[in-house]
Amino acid sequence: MKPVLVGIALAVALLASIAAAVTIGAADLAVGDVIGAIGAHLGIGTNPLDTLRDGIVWELRLPRVLTAAAVGAGLAISGAVMQAITRNQLADPYLLGLSSGASLGAVSVLLLGVAVLLPVAAFAGALAALAVTLGLAGAIGRITPTRTVLAGVAVSSLAGAITSFVIFWTATGDSYREILSWLLGSLAGARWPAVAIAGIALIVVGIPIVLSGRVLDAFAFGDTTAASLGVPVQGARWILLTGTALLTGAMVSVSGAIGFVGLVLPHAVRLIVGPGHRALLPLSALVGAVFLVWADTLARTVFDPRELPVGIVTALIGAPVFALLLARRRSEA
Amino acid sequence: MLQVQDVTVRAGSATLVDSASFTAESGTLTAILGPNGAGKSTLLRAVAGIERPASGTVSYDDADLLAMPRRGRARLLALVEQESATELPLTVRSVVGLGRTPHESFLGGRDPDADAAIDAALQTAGVAGFADRIVTELSGGERQRVMLARALAQRPRLLVLDEPTNHLDVAAQLDVLDLLVSLAREGTTVLAALHDLTLAAAHADAVVVLSRGRVVASGATAATLTPELVRDVFGVEAQWLDNPLTGRPLLAVRRLSG
Repeated sequence: MKPVLVGIALAVALLASIAAAVTIGAADLAVGDVIGAIGAHLGIGTNPLDTLRDGIVWELRLPRVLTAAAVGAGLAISGAVMQAITRNQLADPYLLGLSSGASLGAVSVLLLGVAVLLPVAAFAGALAALAVTLGLAGAIGRITPTRTVLAGVAVSSLAGAITSFVIFWTATGDSYREILSWLLGSLAGARWPAVAIAGIALIVVGIPIVLSGRVLDAFAFGDTTAASLGVPVQGARWILLTGTALLTGAMVSVSGAIGFVGLVLPHAVRLIVGPGHRALLPLSALVGAVFLVWADTLARTVFDPRELPVGIVTALIGAPVFALLLARRRSEA
Repeated sequence: MLQVQDVTVRAGSATLVDSASFTAESGTLTAILGPNGAGKSTLLRAVAGIERPASGTVSYDDADLLAMPRRGRARLLALVEQESATELPLTVRSVVGLGRTPHESFLGGRDPDADAAIDAALQTAGVAGFADRIVTELSGGERQRVMLARALAQRPRLLVLDEPTNHLDVAAQLDVLDLLVSLAREGTTVLAALHDLTLAAAHADAVVVLSRGRVVASGATAATLTPELVRDVFGVEAQWLDNPLTGRPLLAVRRLSG
């Protein structure tokens, strides 16, 4: 299939998904009213909705849906890039300890009462984990993809253990549910500030990464071939690694560590358009956005009025999909 | 013409290549020979700008290859590695298309010459017939020719190859060497590390013989590969004969007696 056509179809699907997802929920709304209300907030026309319903659209659902789209896109981009630069098809955005570092940051706020905003603490935790991972990889010797991944495993385990300890020791009653939902990944708290954080990260960091597909393609045959093609191998790897870490850190800070999006979706997109990164990165971003919009819509509506953390939904869908992809790979090998 | 002058490459305290000097004329196939561990790959990597020499110069037609920006060098010089593999199910055409990387701007669109250069490279390397196949499903010989096509898509004036006949069956070895000779005849400077003495002697116009990181001899093939030199460097007895099948000189070798 022509990647451009797939891209156009996905962009239309994303806009339709956003519009549809905003109408779905306990208070049923018509698509036309939702679009009218959004238009009114942007200064076009008059608002067809009363204050209560308008609040549901503008203060709750729209920012949440937009955050889902941005986070889904960001995680899918990060996953595809991680898989390319580590030459490891099982890599995901959290490979270098980012999610466990972010969790530790979140736990310090939610349970230990550290007085900073949750996204700030989570972002700082993610970056600290990345720094420790790279420091550890550097301490072993020259930083290679394999050493970086191994160091990430060590850092993830340690940060995970500390997080578990803190939860076990201090969490009670409601705080258990709050921290658990954050650890599993949830968009329940996403309002306009979350849209701003995820959106700015996506535009400032995500778009340049999406445009670097040609560089990632050159890595297909390893560092020497990439260097012989004129790619500044070390510099490109550092920039892409830092970029995906910042992107992932920003996404984790607003949503917690939502699993499987960054791991599974790039694989699914490869099956449609092949492994070339020029098409893979933008299409993964679009598929990630559509996927997370619907996963979060399911998470907040299936057991209405109770909510599931969206990470449970992505794992419930992602695990069987991943198993199918593995089976397919095996039959090809 | 490629000129390598006093190139020394060190790794830690070990000297892998020790003030190597040689020239490779345009339009010739020059083979780098030497026993395992003599420093052939390291020398090639230094010429290709992958390994930074501790000292020495590498120039091509008066252009300083070591000081050149990477992309400029990649438009002039292409490297085919000994082992290069991918797990990605890329098509042959897209692998060959990687050769256009140095001709494209970092974030911009494709270069206008891409399709013509890719098609020509596919034809020249004899892989046009399976341009749409997946590279991971090819045989060793087919894959090597694809990597050669990828290098040709760079439109290099200097083609550097590390053991291009390694792991190939005998027919594929001859295919690759004939291809290198014809590329040289069309004006490309071809520099290849080869481990098979007889194969190199039959195809190369000139040789550079390395031993323990030093260039011990270089020049026209038959004049350089004397029985004495082959005995000293490779530890085998050698004699030049006429190959009745090809009508070309044949370097016959056997184990030293006694």
